[in-house]
Order: sequence, then C-alpha cells, then structure tokens
Amino acid sequence: MNPQFDSLAEFAAMGGHGAYVWGVYGVAAVVMAWLVARPLRRRAQLLAALRSRRESR
Amino acid sequence: MARSGAFWQRLHRWASPPGFYRLSGHWLPWLAAASLALLALGLVWGLLYAPPDARQGNSYRIIYLHVPASFLALAGYYVMAVAGAIHLIWRVKLADMLMSAAAPLGAALTFLALFSGSLWGKPTWGTYWVWDARITSMLVLLFLYLGVMALRQAYASRETAGRACAVLALVGTVNIPIIYKSVDWWYSLHQPATIRLTAAPSMHPDMFKPLLVMIVAFYLFYAWVLILNTRAEILSRERRAAWVRELAEEDVT
Repeated sequence: MNPQFDSLAEFAAMGGHGAYVWGVYGVAAVVMAWLVARPLRRRAQLLAALRSRRESR
Repeated sequence: MARSGAFWQRLHRWASPPGFYRLSGHWLPWLAAASLALLALGLVWGLLYAPPDARQGNSYRIIYLHVPASFLALAGYYVMAVAGAIHLIWRVKLADMLMSAAAPLGAALTFLALFSGSLWGKPTWGTYWVWDARITSMLVLLFLYLGVMALRQAYASRETAGRACAVLALVGTVNIPIIYKSVDWWYSLHQPATIRLTAAPSMHPDMFKPLLVMIVAFYLFYAWVLILNTRAEILSRERRAAWVRELAEEDVT
C-alpha cells in the first residue's frame, strides 16, 4: 500500500478541500482531548479539595 | 442456589460505586492504549493511504470521523436511556451516575457528527446546512442530550433530578428510529446508510477497512471517557464516604 499523496503540500491541500477536511479533524481533536481532560481534572480537583480540608482541620 | 447467590452477591458488589470504581481502574490503561492506538492507525490509514473517491476526491475522507461519531452519538443515547431505565426500575445508584456521565459525552459526539456533516456538505452538496430529515433529527438528538444535562441542574434533590432525567431520556428514544429510518422514509440529500447488517457495504474494501478501524476505535474511546466521567461522578457523590477520603490520602503523589 502506498500513500496517496506525493508531497506534504498535496496532503495538506486534500485536492482543494483541505480547509474542510482539516477543519473537521482539528475540531474533533480539540473536542476529544477536552472530553478526556475534563473528568481527569474534575477527579484531581475533588481529591485535592478533600486533602486540603483534612489538613486545615 | 448457592452458586446463583454468589453471583448476585458479586454483581451487587460490582454495581456498588466503590466496587465499580476499583474494578474500572484496572480497565482504564488498556482502554486508553487500545483506543489511542486504533485512532492513530485509522487516521493514518484513512487520511493518507485509502484511495480518493472517484466523485468526491479527497473531501470524502471526512467520513472517517463523521460515521464513527454519528454511530456513537446514537449508541450513546441507548446507553443513557437504558441506564435511566435501570435507575427508575431498580433504583441502582451506579446507573444514575452512568446516565449523568453519558449525557455530555453523547452531546459532544452528536456535535461532532453535525459539525463534520456540515463541513462535508459544503463541497459535496454546496451547502453547510439543510433542514433535511436526517440532519434535523440529529439536531433533536443534540437537544435531548443538552436537555438531560440541563434538567439535572434544575432540581435541588438529586433523586428527583435522576428520575426526571431518566423519564426524559426514555421519552426521547422515540427519536432514535426516526434518525435511522429518516434516509429511507423521506426524500433526503443525505445518502442512505453505507453500512448495513443485512448487506455488503456499498464501499470499496480499501476505503471500508480503515472506516471499520475508526468505528472500533470510537467505541473504545466512548467506553474510556464514559468510565472516566462515571468515576469522577462517583467521587463527587461519595466524597463524604470513608473510602474516598482514604483514596485522597493515598493519592498524594
């Protein structure tokens, strides 16, 4: 199997539809990274809050 | 009877919030690794190696995100509605936590399905948006997810909120067969389903295989984030329990 594009520039251009294709994948990457980061941050904040409450006692 | 008794006991422990929290902790690294690896494989295969479409050229490569996101937007609604039903009927607390974990995830995937469809529509149909049956019913799906999220905030009592959300989620399932059938029932700009259980895919195998990889990757990604959301929800609701306090102490690093 060979790559369908001869150069990086061609790959980026996507036959003139680069803005649509990369727009979709760029937004998807941001949304999916946010989906993973959100619960991890929430968990870390909850545990940190529990620890600090205990220390202040 | 003794055996089935042991089974129910184990299920009961498993479905308890601390039991699920501990058990799911073992799954997370595998789910994360498998979904990221398959996403990378599917993306490189679909964007770089799959042949261009005879009519659409390279814009069709949006399919490798659009179809998996749409699949999981719909499958995620079943997860939310079934969890809601289990919570309503058997009062399983974990089911209510799963339901509140499924709503924002489903909403984000429905948004991605609509957004990718919109950017695909411009070069293909010449428009970003049309009030077509398939697209409109997907927009209704997004509002159902957002409605469940808003409803949860609207009640002071968690118990009442959980039941109200479950009822809304169950009523909203009416929309699901409408989405599936919309491309057959109404004349539509949207093409009929590419993948059917009862027939061969209407797609060349070289294009279809990376799509399958992406669909599996999205199922794994969905499971991963659903579990992450559920675990955060468990900690939040049980933060006064002794086991969560112990966990906070252990987790100092």
